[in-house]
Amino acid sequence: MTAQSKTSPLLSVRDLSICFDTRHGPLRAVDGITFDLAPGEILGMVGESGAGKSLTGTAITGLLERPGRIDRGEIRFEGQRIDNLPAEAMRRLRGRKIGAIFQDPLTSLNPLMTVGQQLIQTIRTHMNLSREAARRRAIEFLGEVGIPAPDARIDQYPHQFSGGMRQRVVIALALCAEPSLVIADEPTTALDVSIQAQILDLLKRMCREHGAAVILVTHDMGVIAETADRVAVMYSGRVVEIGPVEKVVRAPHHPYTKGLMQSIPRIGSNAERLTQIDGAMPRLTALPTGCAFHPRCPKAFDACRSTKPVAVPVEGGAVACHLYQGEPV
Amino acid sequence: MSAVSTSATSSAATSASGEPLVSLRGLSKTFDLSPPLLNRMIERKGKSFLRAVDGLDIDIPRGKTFSLVGESGCGKSTVAKLVVGLHAASGGKIRFDGTDLTGLHASARGTYRQRIQMIFQDPYASLNPRWRVRDIIAEPLRSFSITSGRAEEQREVGRLLEMVGLSAQDGDKFPHQFSGGQRQRISIARAISSKPDFLVCDEPTSALDVSVQSQVLNLMRDLQAELGLTYLFISHDLAVVDFMSDYVGVMYLGRLVEAGPAQRIFEAPEHPYTRLLMDTVPDITMARRDRVAVTGEVPNPITPPPGCSFNPRCPLASDICRAQSPDLVAREGGTRVACHAVTGADGSSGRPGAAGRAPMELARGVA
Repeated sequence: MTAQSKTSPLLSVRDLSICFDTRHGPLRAVDGITFDLAPGEILGMVGESGAGKSLTGTAITGLLERPGRIDRGEIRFEGQRIDNLPAEAMRRLRGRKIGAIFQDPLTSLNPLMTVGQQLIQTIRTHMNLSREAARRRAIEFLGEVGIPAPDARIDQYPHQFSGGMRQRVVIALALCAEPSLVIADEPTTALDVSIQAQILDLLKRMCREHGAAVILVTHDMGVIAETADRVAVMYSGRVVEIGPVEKVVRAPHHPYTKGLMQSIPRIGSNAERLTQIDGAMPRLTALPTGCAFHPRCPKAFDACRSTKPVAVPVEGGAVACHLYQGEPV
Repeated sequence: MSAVSTSATSSAATSASGEPLVSLRGLSKTFDLSPPLLNRMIERKGKSFLRAVDGLDIDIPRGKTFSLVGESGCGKSTVAKLVVGLHAASGGKIRFDGTDLTGLHASARGTYRQRIQMIFQDPYASLNPRWRVRDIIAEPLRSFSITSGRAEEQREVGRLLEMVGLSAQDGDKFPHQFSGGQRQRISIARAISSKPDFLVCDEPTSALDVSVQSQVLNLMRDLQAELGLTYLFISHDLAVVDFMSDYVGVMYLGRLVEAGPAQRIFEAPEHPYTRLLMDTVPDITMARRDRVAVTGEVPNPITPPPGCSFNPRCPLASDICRAQSPDLVAREGGTRVACHAVTGADGSSGRPGAAGRAPMELARGVA
């Protein structure tokens, strides 16, 4: 689980850009992001709503819908390019090799099918198993994700499960074909804190046991800090900082990451005021020139207003900020 | 607090008087979820009730913030709606500045509506998209006849917008032209426009991003100091509650399990539910720590377990917890706790060892 091992990465994203064609011209929602994911690694993607973190996940799973399109860059999975695969080839890959977990477990399960039917269908689509063997495997998986009495509950419908139990079923569904990559998009946002802790522990354990790497998309830095190995901080469609979780949490480089860390309220801090980053993330229709964060940045100088910063390596990671350009830290 | 006060001196005067501004006594709300009579006769089923709020006792001193915290379905939002009068209470009293609001006829509640305002969770749903911002903020001014004439009204709207960190010209725009954080500022401007003493805030920052959340929370604290406002603050986020509150009440399945001064509760929580809740909060300062997860889930509130409703998940549960619902018992440091294991089964004496971290260690061992 070391951050960047010398073995070839499981997933490699290079200069990925996603653009939406609108009446007012193309809007670039994701703008040239680059990162690698090692087998079995958990990479957190954090950012505000609209930063492009979910879109990146959607592009990797090949579920990007019109008018959104990848207009630059490439995604390689196990060495093979997947961003330009035909729909049918992508469909075979999805589920078998790349699993997905979404925010709302009620909308990601089919309400008209029993939990068992959905699991068995997924297993038989991707693995050459008889109906009986697939059912045994489904029961085994439900037990593994902590559903009590799985042999009875397999024939129940999603509405007969609570929110936390439903998310357990979704995790079973995502992992039942033994994928090597799971995209988890805000998997605990719809759940209460006490259930959230259970689900995060389960997700971590299941992915470790089944050897799956995870891209964990969330807006909650606390979730990332406790779950991920590395974290990519996104702002306005770009990765502004990426690195090992401990480094980014304890000693962030980018002014945005610094501000974000300080603005999170903490229990027992007895603060009179919270640190705040004034303003809000710019809209895609009104992106500033240069670095997108410069209007809110306390350290902005001339270069920030004119040119977009490129990522430069810092200890174990990279940061895209003019403060660090030219002098590797 | 006098009806109109823009000066900064009012807060000291209001907090000086001893009597709490708001006090809830035995407040209850029961929802009737029974199927229609004919169905009940055919299916031979009785009526079914949901006790959303069950005997809540709370005092909120003037100029202070009382927060209710708990998981979804614990009844905290129902309390907010009861206090502002969007639900009628099934039992108990809501005393506001010495008057019992539950006994008042709807027509007599008018002046209290002006003095009690609410900020809702979703700033996208709580602002009328077809109205200009200045009309949204001016509506309370008009309905309570606070300003006389267009010119004064527009001046007041401009002043309110500037108070919440927007500009007077923003009044001409529509809500969709603003970001989530700015919309919540508009909601706050509308809420304070009728010069209320008491604001009920139901998850005001839950829909906002962290960097914007801190702006709104800071603004709310500034306004409280400036206008001497009293807040009932509802949130599921313990860190936000810790920042905002003077007093905290932790709710579980419609009942208060622990309440008292915020600092005391966050430093030395006693109820096993409060402790486990705090233990499960993802904390960025403790990267990679192994967390003790609370086992089990919140039970169905229509058929709560007998005795203490937390007993199926509680690491300290014993026979009495399954038989008898615990009452709130006053503890050291001004808190109240409803737990047989903490306060002793007879409900009077407290086990000395129960204070401090002892039950938590026990809980860790079990979990």
